Amino acid sequence: MATSVLAQDTQKFAELQMVIEEYKGQEGPLMPILHKAQEIYGYLPLEVQNYIAEQLGIPITDIYGVATFYSQFTLKPKGKYKIGICMGTACYVKGAQKVLDKLQEVLNIKVGDSTDDGKFTLEATRCLGACGLAPVMVINDQVYGRLTPNDIEGIIAKYKDE
Amino acid sequence: MEFYRAHVLVCGGTGCTSSGSMNIIDKFNDELEKHGLQNEIKLVRTGCFGLCEVGPIVIVYPEGAFYSRVKVEDVPEIVAEHLVKGRIVTRLLYHDSIAEEQAIKSLDEVGFYKKQLRLALRNCGVIDPENIDEYIAFDGYKALGRVLTEMTPEQVIDTIKASGLRGRGGAGFPTGLKWEFTRNAVGDKKYVCCNADEGDPGAFMDRSILEGDPHSVLEAMTIAGYAVGADQGYIYVRAEYPIAVKRLTIAIAQAREYGLLGKNIFGTDFSFDIELRLGAGAFVCGEETALMASIEGRRGEPRPRPPFPAVKGVFSKPTLLNNVETYANIPQIIMNGPEWFRSIGTEKSKGTKVFALGGKINNTGLVEVPMGTTLREIVYEIGGGIPGGKKFKAAQTGGPSGGCIPAQHLDTPIDYDSLTQIGSMMGSGGLIVMDEDNCMVDIARFFLDFTVDESCGKCPPCRIGTRRMLELLDKIVSGKGEEGDIEKLELLAKNIKASALCGLGQTAPNPVLSTIRYFRDEYEAHIKEKRCPAGVCQALLRYVIVAELCKGCGLCARNCPVEAISGERKKPYTIDTDKCIKCGLCMEKCPFNAIVKQ
Repeated sequence: MATSVLAQDTQKFAELQMVIEEYKGQEGPLMPILHKAQEIYGYLPLEVQNYIAEQLGIPITDIYGVATFYSQFTLKPKGKYKIGICMGTACYVKGAQKVLDKLQEVLNIKVGDSTDDGKFTLEATRCLGACGLAPVMVINDQVYGRLTPNDIEGIIAKYKDE
Repeated sequence: MEFYRAHVLVCGGTGCTSSGSMNIIDKFNDELEKHGLQNEIKLVRTGCFGLCEVGPIVIVYPEGAFYSRVKVEDVPEIVAEHLVKGRIVTRLLYHDSIAEEQAIKSLDEVGFYKKQLRLALRNCGVIDPENIDEYIAFDGYKALGRVLTEMTPEQVIDTIKASGLRGRGGAGFPTGLKWEFTRNAVGDKKYVCCNADEGDPGAFMDRSILEGDPHSVLEAMTIAGYAVGADQGYIYVRAEYPIAVKRLTIAIAQAREYGLLGKNIFGTDFSFDIELRLGAGAFVCGEETALMASIEGRRGEPRPRPPFPAVKGVFSKPTLLNNVETYANIPQIIMNGPEWFRSIGTEKSKGTKVFALGGKINNTGLVEVPMGTTLREIVYEIGGGIPGGKKFKAAQTGGPSGGCIPAQHLDTPIDYDSLTQIGSMMGSGGLIVMDEDNCMVDIARFFLDFTVDESCGKCPPCRIGTRRMLELLDKIVSGKGEEGDIEKLELLAKNIKASALCGLGQTAPNPVLSTIRYFRDEYEAHIKEKRCPAGVCQALLRYVIVAELCKGCGLCARNCPVEAISGERKKPYTIDTDKCIKCGLCMEKCPFNAIVKQ
């Protein structure tokens, strides 16, 4: 059997227990708990979902249903650097698709995938609301605006070396 | 209270934060301290000024100097010159704010602001959104005080009804009626909810209000709670808006501390509290029944109405649900009276509307105009026209539920009914401008792609129908369109509109229908001539060398990755279209602009 995610890290597990305790009595506790659980673990492993199901007395099928419905919840671990390229309308009409094509080429992965070394995850996001800077890309919390495909290689290189 | 001789306002909205305004604030703090000015000059991080295009923005009062695209390196100069010596740093001023002889125009005189009327945004870019005292100093919570101590719930509802306010989330339902339905619904427990799940791509009105003036929404929700008889409120906000979430959290904590939320507000027996609920990236949750399912912790799938939320909403209790911008109007309507609000706008659409102006426009940003303002005024006077002298082609409103407004309708006064008449809709306020370089078939495809991806999958017309429409559009943009495809699209659109479960499914075909309506010739060019008139659809493009311009340097041929270009030096080269992979490298490299896309 694979190593248990919950047993592996007792501190994270204690945090998870605290979160569940905090929201358990409230109305509609599932969404906030899943948000916090993902903050703790970086993703929502099945084992964590199972544990939440037990604690809340909700069938695991319901939890899995919610976790897979919302695009922000992920069942797979993400790369160290999450690259989000905005595909909102304002960015799209200003050429975001070309920037995205270039990113896929440079990273050699498709949208939604991570690089083999676990360094980068590429995502096409919904409107980030920074339309004044279109087209926009976010790497973790750093925002890059007014991009052209030519900027991409240089930006990615900076992270590759870290 | 301290007295400051000058105020430095730095925009802390998402746009300016993304372009580094937090570093500017830090630098100002350092520099003010260095000059010993921290007790003379007040530094305020505000909400959005609206003109995101030229961010980060810094405004210095009392002069009202409007500094644009400020860099961290510019801060020492602003402090040393402007704040110490009183000399305005002209080179950093926003170009349109400079009057003759280097004097500064007041903000109301600047083209971008002249035609605007900021009601919902009145405090955005004026106060520090993380400080409740500043909101109170601008008459904040006065309306709540009046409501709780001088008015009955019925009087509040009558006031909102009389104002003519309609829902700003898109559909335009009369707000007062909604309040009345919820008040009249039978139930031991009722809820007041705020829809802050602003999912339309290119729309950021609600985010800016939450970031710039969160207390106005809390105050309005509390007023609504009193009017409908609720003691609990939920704000459902997108998790993609971290700054808005943070400021709302601070605002709720401050309001509780001041006794403006919680038990016995203003010493009355009315109690009300608000909780935040975060979305998790599902566009469909902007639909009211889906939003409520999500608050309850379920998949955000819509359900048929009736019963409407006013009768059976969150946790099956009567629920009032309004949009952020709708709430932001409430305190002023209470303070200034319904007649005042009715005097603004058109016959059937009262008040103002906030638009997020984006796309091919000079002044990207947030604008608020009285209803009835024409699209031409917004695009050319406030928006400053289209960059590069390009021609206006269309404006897209209403996001994936709306449509395109072509040039012949530029003079249509914008209100709920006139936009519906010309095949678009008000929507929540995204307004994306497109120029001659944008292909309308490609734009329709873009929106359908969005809808297909975001369809919750509950009802077949939306789940399957929109996918079939997308397949047809894919076929057309890749040059495989056939006679009859337009008619097939129209038929599918009609059926989806008639049979989808929720508002989002029913309106999903709108971007296609409206582009067919106004740009049928573009669809036909793609299908019959296999040509994209705007030069966007890759599969339909050909790169050719204009013989008259080509000097025969051979740079293109050397750069072509597939050896599709051949020729003799000093003579015009040619591209073999069969070999060409349309990468565009040759066009980029040509020093004489002799290569064109056709």
